[in-house]
Amino acid sequence: MDIGRERLELLKEIMAIDFSLVELNLYLDTHPLDQRAQRLQNEYVTICKDLKEKYEEDYAPLTHVYASECPWGWIEEPWPWEINYEMGGI
Amino acid sequence: MWIYEKKLQYPAWVEGCDLQIAKLLFAQYGGSDSELSAGLRYLAQRYNMPIPEAKAVLTDIGTEELAHWEIIGTLIYKIINRATPEELKAAGMGPNYVEHGRDVYPADAAGVPWTAAYIQAIEDPIANLHEDLAAEEKARTTYEHLINSTRDRGVIDTLSFLREREVVHFQRFGETLRLVQEYMEHTKCMR
Repeated sequence: MDIGRERLELLKEIMAIDFSLVELNLYLDTHPLDQRAQRLQNEYVTICKDLKEKYEEDYAPLTHVYASECPWGWIEEPWPWEINYEMGGI
Repeated sequence: MWIYEKKLQYPAWVEGCDLQIAKLLFAQYGGSDSELSAGLRYLAQRYNMPIPEAKAVLTDIGTEELAHWEIIGTLIYKIINRATPEELKAAGMGPNYVEHGRDVYPADAAGVPWTAAYIQAIEDPIANLHEDLAAEEKARTTYEHLINSTRDRGVIDTLSFLREREVVHFQRFGETLRLVQEYMEHTKCMR
């Protein structure tokens, strides 16, 4: 299912920043005193929050922690396995 | 607890409809060294880890494995979703179609259902972490076998990402093992 160019680009940006946070999280688990990694983590958290806020405002909820109009927006398709991610891009 | 986020960790790209690779991808979906085995193994092993770093690593990698399980499931779904029963049969997926339709049931590439007998949790953190290190290496090798088995550029791209994650997890488990060993040496000295 196609979700449109702009929405797909924003979703991929969120996926990328969230992945950076997963990677930093694992690194910090075994290097909890690394200040440089900690700074990066904290910086990315802010960027991530802003991007997700924008996505949920413009398109659709990412989690169920979402104030929705009626009907309940969470059940809207596509689900992640249905999205056409396309080759290339960011 | 866990919260579902309506996105994948990495875009599951499929270029064509290589049904042969869909069948083989079940190795990582419900096989002995699959993402499912990895996720449940780490989450089962975390309870008695002696240091906070180890509890965190097992919780976080265990959680990431479930995201990888979802990526593999998505690749399989995207490939078999539009295939006819005849096409599935020709690709050796006839039995899978008869028993599960186009749902993605946790079985290995030969159709053997996933079992918890693939994994262990034995409280000893050194023994548990050695199993985890081996599991990451076996999963990395499985990804290499899968990458060697298809020409679909989308599938290869996605599998290459997942292969790299096995390398990173191996590194983090190695560091965790060292931290646990240091902790145990230290507590022995204090007695």
